[in-house]
Amino acid sequence: MATRSTRSTKPSRPAPRTSGGRETGGGRATGKIVAAANGHAGSAKPAPKFKHAETGTLEGVWDYAPAPETVKVKIDAQYGHYIDGRFRPASKGGTFVTINPATEQPLAKLALGTAEDVDAAVASAQRALPAWSALPASERGKLLFRIARRIQERARELAVLETIDGGKPIKESRDVDIPLAAQHFFYHAGWADKLQYVFPGRTPRPVGVCGQIIPWNFPLLMAAWKLAPALACGNTCVLKPAETTSLTALRLAEIFDECGLPPGVVNIVTGAGETGAAIVNHPGINKIAFTGSTEVGKKIAMAVAATDKKLTLELGGKSANIVFDDASIDQAVEGIIEGIYFNQGHVCCAGSRLFVQEGIAAEVTRKLKVRLASLRVGDPLDKNTDVGAINSREQLSKIEGYLRIGQSEGATLCQAGRSPLPKTGYYCQPCFFTGVQPSHTIAREEIFGPVLAVMTFRTPEEALLRANNSPYGLAAGVWTDKGSKILEMARKLEAGVVWLNTYNKFDAASPFGGFKESGFGREGGVAGLRSYVEL
Amino acid sequence: MAVLNRRAHGLLRQRNNCGANMAPVARSAAARHGMWRHEHHAQRQKQPPCHAFGDRPALPGDRAPWPLSSPMHPSARIARRPVDKVMAESRAASFTKRSLKSHTKSSGLRMAISMVDLTTLEGKDTPEKVRSLCRKAALPGDGMAGLDDLPPVAAVCVYPALAATARKQLDAYGDRGRAVKVAAVATGFPSGQFPIKVRLDDTRRALDAGADEIDMVISRGSFLAGDTAKVFDEIAAVSELCRGPARPRPGAGAGPGPGAGASGASGTPTAARAHLKVILETGELETLDNVRLASDLAMAAMSSTGLTREPGAGFIKTSTGKVEPAATMPVTLVMLEAIRDHYHATGELIGMKPAGGIRTAKQSLHYLAMVKETLGTLESGAWMNPSLFRFGASALLNDLLRQILWLKNGRYSARYDFAEA
Repeated sequence: MATRSTRSTKPSRPAPRTSGGRETGGGRATGKIVAAANGHAGSAKPAPKFKHAETGTLEGVWDYAPAPETVKVKIDAQYGHYIDGRFRPASKGGTFVTINPATEQPLAKLALGTAEDVDAAVASAQRALPAWSALPASERGKLLFRIARRIQERARELAVLETIDGGKPIKESRDVDIPLAAQHFFYHAGWADKLQYVFPGRTPRPVGVCGQIIPWNFPLLMAAWKLAPALACGNTCVLKPAETTSLTALRLAEIFDECGLPPGVVNIVTGAGETGAAIVNHPGINKIAFTGSTEVGKKIAMAVAATDKKLTLELGGKSANIVFDDASIDQAVEGIIEGIYFNQGHVCCAGSRLFVQEGIAAEVTRKLKVRLASLRVGDPLDKNTDVGAINSREQLSKIEGYLRIGQSEGATLCQAGRSPLPKTGYYCQPCFFTGVQPSHTIAREEIFGPVLAVMTFRTPEEALLRANNSPYGLAAGVWTDKGSKILEMARKLEAGVVWLNTYNKFDAASPFGGFKESGFGREGGVAGLRSYVEL
Repeated sequence: MAVLNRRAHGLLRQRNNCGANMAPVARSAAARHGMWRHEHHAQRQKQPPCHAFGDRPALPGDRAPWPLSSPMHPSARIARRPVDKVMAESRAASFTKRSLKSHTKSSGLRMAISMVDLTTLEGKDTPEKVRSLCRKAALPGDGMAGLDDLPPVAAVCVYPALAATARKQLDAYGDRGRAVKVAAVATGFPSGQFPIKVRLDDTRRALDAGADEIDMVISRGSFLAGDTAKVFDEIAAVSELCRGPARPRPGAGAGPGPGAGASGASGTPTAARAHLKVILETGELETLDNVRLASDLAMAAMSSTGLTREPGAGFIKTSTGKVEPAATMPVTLVMLEAIRDHYHATGELIGMKPAGGIRTAKQSLHYLAMVKETLGTLESGAWMNPSLFRFGASALLNDLLRQILWLKNGRYSARYDFAEA
């Protein structure tokens, strides 16, 4: 897989600027630096000019050389569905191409699942169900442990594949996605034979065949979040990965094969919206689990309403990050950055609304700009990249549309980063809007990109009012050094997950899910097991 | 009726510092019969227990034991900023994930060598030890093949008694040696538990011996007792000594008076007599909140004397190296953030020096990544320079040489291939 360096020539030093906009009061020194002889690397440094922080850039300051990930991953030219323990080609539906969003190059052809394919998958899952649920629970646990271990052994390959297929930085796939996926399998492997302690006094039984539809932002991790609890509780699954990111799910199928998972316990059908609809509408499915947009989630809820299928939904969010003036401000800025620019903002629980107490708004805005300048946007396979490629052209157009709407509605766009974006691939410079009003579109609708809306508040009551003033209720973050205030805010925020003085911390033991239009049902922890058992 | 002697009558009007009345109680002669004479004095009015003394009655001459900083002192105007430990540690750890290869690594290693303050601060230091250190400082490459174009280190750091020896030896190595500064630790290093007069005298002697830089220690006892005013005043006093007297502006008719500070009105500062590094001893301060407050205090104190109008004349330094833990990445991050805030408030460039505990080249590169990403957008990366960033280290230098040779040869040299300083 050819990797591109983000800069083909040595960057030129930026032209010296006057300190326009900064007052030069008497006695403020902008004098020359007393440099030691032989400075560094023998290059003569020109006398540094004063650079206002807003336009400062890291170019020319000890640049990082490209550090591409060198492991090559084998990808077949064509993949079929994984049904009944075998890979089989599409029946009649044809194929579609999956590309690398960083290079726009095609990676493989995938099968477009039709109703027949879904039928075969569900039938296979139904056939496998009796034997699988009759298996001693510790045997199921043993298989899940084996799968978890195999994911760890193939971690590097999976991380590179995840990055190539989805566009997220290799640093994140390697350090967050793959370890968390393995952790989910380990965690639920432990629960497999202890379900009677989760539901005391009841005999939990499997729900049956689970239809699971997952999104493109955390392909392997979402597959783990869906499959691990389902299998631990004795269910069989039909999984449909997102059409832009199916490769890691299919690699997971190979791992299931290696570990000896009985055929039909997990079936993977690739495809797009119609394939998903076929799964949702299939009468043989006993439970649907969906993670994706609220719009599609509502359609699924309507389709399932007249049936006796169980349903859990993990939908969108417009989560609020609230920073009080007694917060640890530099660390809060770190948390804000983590909350919205992690995974290019393609996170359902991204902290996309920032509420900063009015007295520190100027300071926080200034520090955000400085911090943005040190975010590296570029080739996702470079180990130093912080913000990778946007997952698809459609998503990039959506984000750019929101940027235009935001500016037309009167908000001010701040894009402090100056690292040049690669010429091919779908990239968006991380940015934030100031001068945002709560009724602006960018303050109400989920953008799902590296775009932050900054607003202010005066008192804790007002912060709660504004944070809860949203149809979504997935997550929130609160930043203050005062313990009583932070716990009270956590109690009163209408969000399924509240992070205190931190953000985007996930664990298999911690239940994740939303309020209001962010969905219902939980994944992870004891609460996450509930929807996969019949009591 | 109470019979009071004249002394007792005077005491009626007096209260001690805790507000308790000091007059003795009048007791009947019959009650005093059988007591010894000195016990008569002890028959005072029953004093209310004073919390300051553990419920024993207050005695004349007692003062409240805790020093109290006056709210009018400049140190009281410094905002106390909280620091979140978990986030600071995770941000510091993120710099260790940076992958520094090829030209970044080689130029970083050279830059790190030029930033080292080669240090020997042992009780058993002798002139010969300092001489061999100076040779290593001026010629870090040892004359080994492949290491001949290395810069000299930034400074050598010694006790004041050996500062003159160090300067003399360094000057013997020509331009390379003359470029190396001599930093003397002063003010009762490392504990600082001496009267202020002694500490200032120590500083003066170090300056007279020819030190280019003074590394002072703050009074951690006063800091932890809450007497930030005293800490501020002591740093300001040493800072004034380092700044030196104001020199008249060349060609000026009526120049500023002698106490007017080191900067002319044209904005170009005259050079300070010596640069000052304030050692906070973060291992003893323990919490990051304390580190932040101590950093802000030190910078405000240096700034109040005008020393820091010259970029790089003032530094804040983590540790003496005599206490574990010495420099750590979270502590350094907090101090860099303090420097950044000070820069935004005043425009002054204050340097930073992590000292102690940095033994490997890899660690030093992580620190450089941290400086770049925290302060790199300001003043075109001025902090990536020995004038504003130093490593207080001794074992680090040989590991830097080892890594440079590895980049050139592809092989690791043995431990004994490099001369010990």
